[in-house]
Amino acid sequence: MKKRIQHYTPVNYAKNNTLKIITFIFLVILYLPIINLIMFSFNDSKRNIVWRGFTSKYYEKLFENEMLFLAFSNSMTIAITSTIISTFLGITTAIALWKFNFYLKKYYDVALLFPIIIPEICMGISMLVFFNYINWPNFQLWPFTLSSIIIAHVSFIFPFVAIIIRARLSMLNNEILEAGQDLGASKYQVIRKIIIPFMSPALVASALLAFTLSLDDFVVTFFTSGPNSVTLPVKIYSMVRFGISPEINAISTLLILIIIICTYFAIRFLSKSNREFMK
Amino acid sequence: MTEKKTTIELKKLTKKFGDIIAVNDVSLKISENDFFTILGPSGCGKSTILRLIAGLEVQDSGAVIINNKDSSFVQANERPVNMVFQSYALFPHLSVRDNIEFGLKLKKISNTDIKIRVEEILELVKMNGYDFKLPSELSGGQRQRVALARAIVNKPKIVLLDEPLSALDANLRMEMQQELVNIQRNLKMTFMLVTHDQDEALSISSKIAIMENGKIIETNTATNMYEYPSKKFSAEFLGRINIIEGASSLIDNRMLFNSDTFGKINLERDIKLPKDGVLGIRPEKIIIETGLNKQKNRVSMNGTITNWTYYGDVSYITIELKNKSKVYINVQNVHRNSLQELNIGKKLFASFDINDLIILEK
Repeated sequence: MKKRIQHYTPVNYAKNNTLKIITFIFLVILYLPIINLIMFSFNDSKRNIVWRGFTSKYYEKLFENEMLFLAFSNSMTIAITSTIISTFLGITTAIALWKFNFYLKKYYDVALLFPIIIPEICMGISMLVFFNYINWPNFQLWPFTLSSIIIAHVSFIFPFVAIIIRARLSMLNNEILEAGQDLGASKYQVIRKIIIPFMSPALVASALLAFTLSLDDFVVTFFTSGPNSVTLPVKIYSMVRFGISPEINAISTLLILIIIICTYFAIRFLSKSNREFMK
Repeated sequence: MTEKKTTIELKKLTKKFGDIIAVNDVSLKISENDFFTILGPSGCGKSTILRLIAGLEVQDSGAVIINNKDSSFVQANERPVNMVFQSYALFPHLSVRDNIEFGLKLKKISNTDIKIRVEEILELVKMNGYDFKLPSELSGGQRQRVALARAIVNKPKIVLLDEPLSALDANLRMEMQQELVNIQRNLKMTFMLVTHDQDEALSISSKIAIMENGKIIETNTATNMYEYPSKKFSAEFLGRINIIEGASSLIDNRMLFNSDTFGKINLERDIKLPKDGVLGIRPEKIIIETGLNKQKNRVSMNGTITNWTYYGDVSYITIELKNKSKVYINVQNVHRNSLQELNIGKKLFASFDINDLIILEK
């Protein structure tokens, strides 16, 4: 009997054709709708079915639409404000969890994850009920009309910031801080010259992430927004109810563009931070 | 001999962590240009001494005097000492150059001077060309060099090294030991090393202090510490030794030692054995003989090999004498043919010179 020779091949996923095909199909399913959306934003037709030539008129129309512009400026105001607040809260939370021991710390650690894991719809409803319960005033003056949305956003965004910064800080052990002191840095200089520069890549990355999370949030915003505080995703939703127009495609494309840019930089800063991990 | 300047003096230093006394009433003097090593088993408090000198811990009582100035309550950042940490503690987000410059920049030294000094140091630790690498891109030995460079570039009064070589592999460790000694001699700096590695302590230090349970047992030069230790603990910790128990008496001002192992030994020395005293003989001082050596100054024995451990250059053998006591012998493997003579069960003769006997206090 002839002995069958078994060739030993090392695992090499890059050369596996089945995997290549699966990955390709996966990417197509994931990105085709988005590419389709972007493409039809340039379609010279009222309907999204047949391609009738290139135009940029729907983008021009956007800038004439005052309601959309208001929704966009609302969204940006909310995103910037809640980014600043949640970054600040995130840093302080991360430092507290990293450096200090306090009563019930273990449980606080887990509680921090709740805003991330509970369904957004529950989060939205609970926020709505909460604001009603405490009689949150119905502001009429512009930036204050957004206050309830900002509070809601901060409450589910700052845990993300805290977790990213804390992961970064966990690299910075006590000996490194002591080395700083030993080399002549006062306690204040240790913070300014070691801790802050050290966490800055994670800081920028998490701020960018916070910005995108706030900008594209729909569910929580929907439950906490009033007639005077419509954001871009909520506005898009209300427009969709009257049929999908290329205008919606155009505004969605712009939103996607902003988010892609932010995410790109967030990932770049995070990978810089990962490069410094000691093996 | 001229009296050397004292760089560091510890006076009755004590530090407790809860109920544990990490450093117990330690007094030490470290002279200028010394390579001073504290040797002790792990957990004996030797690292705590370094941390007290660096100012990273505050003593419960006693004083740390650096360059004749009482620095007991001076902040860590204002002490003229620098430390090389066990984990190297390099700043992970800074390049090699930025790591080394860190201390100099805080001292407000001009940029041109910083540049010159960093170049010198990089040359000295053989890390030139690695200026802009991150610590994560370096090997263990290279990180070690950067950590050393970062400390000595500040020209401190004393460089404190906390088991800096323990993470390196054996060959690299030997290489770095030699380099540490060269750097210390070239720069004429005072180094203080903490280690639990006896070979490391012997090969690089000019002075060794042996520590146990928070107390310094004995301080001596490296060779004297090995050849003439005075405490049983330090003799046993620094290399292997055969301990010979027994009772002594003085006859005509000469010590006669009645040992359990070798019978009567006439020590020919006019010193009295201290209370609880024992004798010790290092295993390499015992040589194998062809027959019973009857010379007056030698103690002879014959026994059976019960254990043989081969180390390449030497063999560690254990022989059992007629009175069931065991003796350790180190045999140089001078000829490869002679290895066959060392089989377990073989009988052999051996002897040592009574001048090599060490008198030890318990």
